[in-house]
Amino acid sequence: MASILAVDDSTSMRKMVTFTLKSAGYEVEEAVDGVDALTKAQSKQFDCIVTDVNMPNKDGITLIRDLRLLPDYKFIPMLMLTTESSVEKKQEGKAAGATGWIVKPFDPDQLLKTLKKVLG
Amino acid sequence: MSIDMSQFHQVFFEECFEGLEAMESGLLNLDTGDIDSEVINTIFRGAHSIKGGSGTFGFNNVADFTHIMETLLDEMRDGRRKVTQPAITVLLGSVDCLRTMLTSIQGEQSVDSASVGKYKSALEIELAGSAEEPSVTASMDTPIANESSGLAADEVDLTEQGWKIAFCPYLDLLKTGNDPVRMFRELAELGEYSVSVNTHDIPAFYELDPEECNLSWALEVVGDIPVGEITEIFNWVEGDCELDIQPLAKKIAKPAPVEKVTEPEPSVQEIEQPKVVPVEINTAATTEVSKPEVQQSDNEQSKASATSVKASSSIRVDTAKIDTLINMVGEVVITQSMLSLIGENFSMDKLAQLKRGLSQLERHIRDMQQSVMNIRMVPISFVFSRFPRLVHDISSKLGKKIELKLVGESTEVDKAVVELISDPLVHLIRNSLDHGIEMPADRIAAGKPETGTIELNAYHRGGHIVIEIIDDGRGLDRKKLISKAIEKGLIDENSVLGDKQAFELIFMPGFSTAESVTDISGRGVGMDVVRRNIQALGGNIEIISDFGKGTTISIHLPLTLAIIDGQSVAVGNEIYIVPLVSIKESINITENMLNKIAGKGETFRLRNQYIPIIRMHEIFNVRPTNKANPGEGVIVVVERQGVLCGLFVDELLGPQQVVVKSLETNYRRVRGVSGATILGDGSVALILDIPGLVRFSNR
Repeated sequence: MASILAVDDSTSMRKMVTFTLKSAGYEVEEAVDGVDALTKAQSKQFDCIVTDVNMPNKDGITLIRDLRLLPDYKFIPMLMLTTESSVEKKQEGKAAGATGWIVKPFDPDQLLKTLKKVLG
Repeated sequence: MSIDMSQFHQVFFEECFEGLEAMESGLLNLDTGDIDSEVINTIFRGAHSIKGGSGTFGFNNVADFTHIMETLLDEMRDGRRKVTQPAITVLLGSVDCLRTMLTSIQGEQSVDSASVGKYKSALEIELAGSAEEPSVTASMDTPIANESSGLAADEVDLTEQGWKIAFCPYLDLLKTGNDPVRMFRELAELGEYSVSVNTHDIPAFYELDPEECNLSWALEVVGDIPVGEITEIFNWVEGDCELDIQPLAKKIAKPAPVEKVTEPEPSVQEIEQPKVVPVEINTAATTEVSKPEVQQSDNEQSKASATSVKASSSIRVDTAKIDTLINMVGEVVITQSMLSLIGENFSMDKLAQLKRGLSQLERHIRDMQQSVMNIRMVPISFVFSRFPRLVHDISSKLGKKIELKLVGESTEVDKAVVELISDPLVHLIRNSLDHGIEMPADRIAAGKPETGTIELNAYHRGGHIVIEIIDDGRGLDRKKLISKAIEKGLIDENSVLGDKQAFELIFMPGFSTAESVTDISGRGVGMDVVRRNIQALGGNIEIISDFGKGTTISIHLPLTLAIIDGQSVAVGNEIYIVPLVSIKESINITENMLNKIAGKGETFRLRNQYIPIIRMHEIFNVRPTNKANPGEGVIVVVERQGVLCGLFVDELLGPQQVVVKSLETNYRRVRGVSGATILGDGSVALILDIPGLVRFSNR
C-alpha cells in the first residue's frame, strides 16, 4: 500500500489524518513541520505528501518547493491542507509545485476521496 | 468511511489551550510596543490552528469565532492594519472567551452564547474599523467547486447529455504531481467515456524529454453529469493546461461561456499508444469500498472507552524522559534474565552471584521508579506562564507600573503539585500587586524607581521545590500588623513578638491589612486559606519583609505527592507511617519526665518545654502490646507550625519511601490518617496525618 507522509504542526489534526489514512490501509508517517518533513522525506521514499500550510520553522509551501527539487519527489503527489481557499494561496501552492489541495475543515471521507484521486 | 472523531478531541483541546497560551503571551509581548512580525505570526498561527481544528472536529461556533480573530490578525500580519492597544485588548478578551468556550465544550456544557456574542461583536467592530484596505472577503466557507470555475456560475442548464473536453496540458504539468491518467479515471467514473490522444506534438525521439507532457487529449463523457463534477476533476490543473469543456448534445453552434479559449482543435486520431490507455479502471475503484464495516466496530469500541476516560487528563512528556525509562526497563530485563539463569540450576555456591544480581535489580528498580516519577514532572512554567497576563491586567487596572520577572521557569515539579499550587500563587501575586507595590508617585517619593518589580523564582532544594515571590514594594509594617492583630483580638495586648511572629500574623484567619476591600484582593479570607492549601500539599509558607523595601514570600513544596519519605513505626500489631518531614526527633523517656494533668491528658518535659503525648494505640483502638506506658515505648516528636506533639509508639521500624495511595477514593476519609501504602510484605499501613493529629492533641 502507498506510504504517505502527513505533515502538520497541530497534533490533533496530524493524529486525525494519520488515523484516517491508516484505517484506509495506507502506511503513514508523521512530521511536525516542514524541516522535520524534509528530513523524513529524504530518508525514505513516500508515495504522497499531505501537508498543512501554516507551520512554524518551515511552512507547507516552502516544503513543497524544496521537495520538488529532489529528484525522488519530482512527480510525487503533494497535497496541501489549507483553510485558505483563497485563490492566491492556491496559486502560490501550485507555483511551488503542489498537486492539489484539501480545504479545511474536511472530514475523513473527503480526505480519503482526495487521496484516492492522486494515488489511484 | 465513518471515523469517530471524538477520540481526537482531548488532544485537540490540549492543543487549543496551549495555542491560546502562546497567543496570550504573544499579545502581551506586542503590548510593550515591540511590533515583531514573528510574534504576530505566532499569534496568527495559534488562531489559525484552532480554526482549522475546530472546523474539522465540528465545533463550528469556535471556528466562526476564531475566523474573525484570524482575519483581524491576518491584516496585522500583512501590515494592512496597525497594532493598536484597543485591538490587543479585544484580542486578549477574545482569547479568554475562546478559553471559556473550549472549556465548556470540553466539559460538555453549553457555551455561554451571550458572552461569546459580546466578544464577537467587539471583534467585528474592531475589524470593521481602520483597516487600511477594505477588509479581505471571508473566504473560508466557500467550497472549492463554486469558486473554481466561471462555467458553473454561468451555466444555467447544469446537466447535459454529456461533455466534450479538450485537454491540452502544458509541458510542466507532470511536475506538479498531477497525472492525466488519474484524471481520466475519474472522468470514466462519471459516465460512458471515450478518449483520443493527439501525438502530433511529440518531438523527435532524440529531442524528447520524458519529464515533459507532450500529449493532448480530446475526451467525451456521456451521461447526466453536472458540469461542476467535470470542472472539479480539472480543478487542480487549472493554469497548467488549456481546457475547453463543451456540452456534447448541442453541436457547438453558439459557444457556451468558456473558461479559456483554446487553440483550434488539432486533428485527432484514435488512441493507439497503449501507454496512456485507461484500462479497466473501475475495478480499482470498487474494491476499496467494502472496508468501512470493519472500521465501524472498532470505532464503537473506542467510543465506549472514550466516554469512561473523558475526565482523565493527560500529560506531555519529553521523549528524552521516555527514552531513559525504556533504557531502564532494558536493564531490568537483562538483570532478570541473569537471575533466572542462576535460578535454573541453583546451588549454594552461586549465592554470592544471586545476591549481586538481586542488589543490581534493586538498584535498577529504584532508578526506574525515579524515571517514572520524572514523567509526572512538569516545568513550573505551566503555572508561571499565566502570570504575565495577570500582572498586565491588574497593574493597568490599578494604574501601577509593574514589571514581572520569571526565574527558574524550567524547574520541574509533579503535575499534581502544579495544579494545586496555582490558585494560592495567584492569590499571593494579587496581594503583591495590590498591597505590595506602591503607586508610581509614592514610589518616586520614596526614592525608588517608578516601575515596581515582582520576581517569581523557583528552584529545587533538597527534595523540595521552593517558589519565591519577591516584590520591591512597601513591605509589611510590623507595628501596623501588631496593632491590627490586637484590635481584632487575635493576640494579647502585651505579647512580645519577634519579626517572624509578627509577619506570621497575616496568616491568621480573619486578618487582613487592606484598609478597604478591593476587587483584586483582601476580603479577609486570603492568607489563612493560602497557608492551609499549601499545608495540605505538605508544604509550608514563610514571609520575610523589610519595611519600605519589599517582601519575600517563600513556599516550600514537596516535589511529588505520590511518594513520600516515611518512618514506619509499630503500634501493637499494626504498622503506621509517619512522614519524615514532620519528625523532629524520637526519644525514649523515663517515667519522671511524664506529667499527668487531670482532664487534659499527659505531657512530658523536653528541654524546658511541655509536650502533649498522643497514645497511638488509644487513638486507633489498637490492642497495646506489653508496652502500655509511654516510658516503655518510644516517643516520636512531631512538629507542625512550631507546635510540637509526642506520638507514643511501641518501636521505630525504619525509614522507607512509601507510595501514597488515597484512602478517600478507595474507602473514605479517616481522621488522623492522610493515606495508606502497601508494605513490602503486602500488608497495608496507614500514613499518619500529622497536622490532624496535632490539632487533635491541642484540643
